[in-house]
Amino acid sequence: MRITQGTFSFLPDLTDDEISRQIAYALDQGWPCSVEFTDDPHPRNSYWEMWGLPMFDLTDPAGVLLEVNECRKAYPNHYIRLNAYDARYGRQTTALSFIVQRPAAEPGFRLDREEASDRRIRYRTHAYATDRPQGERYS
Amino acid sequence: MTEFSMRNGSPVAPGEPLPPPEVLPPDARVDLARERADSHADEVLDALDAELIGLVPVKTRIREIAALLLIDRVRGRFGIDSGRPNLHMCFTGSPGTGKTTVAVRLAELLHRLGYIRKGHLVSVTRDDLVGQYVGHTAPKTKEVLKRAMGGVLFIDEAYYLYRAENERDYGQEAIEILLQVMENNRDDLVVVLAGYKDRMDSFFSSNPGMSSRIAHHIDFPDYATDELEAIGRLMTAREGYRLSDEAEPVFRSYLERRREQPRFANARSVRNALERARLRHASRLLAAGGEVTRDDLTTLRPEDFLASRVFET
Repeated sequence: MRITQGTFSFLPDLTDDEISRQIAYALDQGWPCSVEFTDDPHPRNSYWEMWGLPMFDLTDPAGVLLEVNECRKAYPNHYIRLNAYDARYGRQTTALSFIVQRPAAEPGFRLDREEASDRRIRYRTHAYATDRPQGERYS
Repeated sequence: MTEFSMRNGSPVAPGEPLPPPEVLPPDARVDLARERADSHADEVLDALDAELIGLVPVKTRIREIAALLLIDRVRGRFGIDSGRPNLHMCFTGSPGTGKTTVAVRLAELLHRLGYIRKGHLVSVTRDDLVGQYVGHTAPKTKEVLKRAMGGVLFIDEAYYLYRAENERDYGQEAIEILLQVMENNRDDLVVVLAGYKDRMDSFFSSNPGMSSRIAHHIDFPDYATDELEAIGRLMTAREGYRLSDEAEPVFRSYLERRREQPRFANARSVRNALERARLRHASRLLAAGGEVTRDDLTTLRPEDFLASRVFET
């Protein structure tokens, strides 16, 4: 199951050229970029691992793409996303966030139903990938 | 598309990839003068000529580079692939011969000719590249390199990076990263090393890999006295001053005497001399009191220079 999240979730994966044009847009707006990765694909997992610190004071997309590629080299089977943060007063939020790498095979999720008191049903999504320990999930 | 792309300040959706540029047929003709005008490179070159005195070998080399890039661009339009020329450079010369100033102009020129994407200059020294403890150097150097991407990285007094007397110095690590990026990311940045001639030579002899990766070794000659005079005149004019007729020969003999003295730093010494003349000019006017005219306020007189230490001997 292809996991989607972030800004371009409705589009096919971006090529490196398209990624660097998006980075160029973010940098032109004055948004510093950062790279994050994870191997826990659960949609509510919002805290991904940081790949280095956010990159401030850059003017050219090549520097950000360099870090994306370094991260891809180190974690070829993880999800990697790129965030751009808008620090403007009144916004102060992630302005752009999209996935730049995904594992080759994504096993997807299972829906668990749990009977609670009074015949209520509780639902839980369980990622098959998380059956295995961290670091071995997509290898 | 436009309506969507602007909503909420959110980014533009990725467009179609850029169409490959049309390749001209082999028998087409391209107007070089037109191409040249389109690049706006001449404005930078003319400014270089007008605002920098002397430096003939430097200007010649930069014109050659501009010509090469322009011709490469035209060749590209015919579909002739010639690979990117290597433009890493080394500027050697005495202090105050305009190495930094030329680097700024160079960044602008390369940007106009489409060799680099942004055309900014990041000027660093050893402090910005070399860390203070194990494992500090690599991230620090990479940070600087990332910042310089799309522009020119200017490393002033580059020979400090290598300290022969201390083999555990972290400078070596910075040099290795620098070499790697100069080789692998040639499309992304231009590295310019600068420093005094003799010390750069010994730096290169202990780092042969560095020397061979730099295509252009440009030597900045010392200025002749009349060139220094012209620089002085340019500086005074820019600050809204002028030399009185009697002050001109005094300024000239000041420069001749100053050249003979130790720690002469070419244009920088001229600047300092003029700064001190301004000080004396101001206190002379205040001491005289009374009314002043516009002429008094803008004219430097011989006594402003004659009070200098240089004339004591």
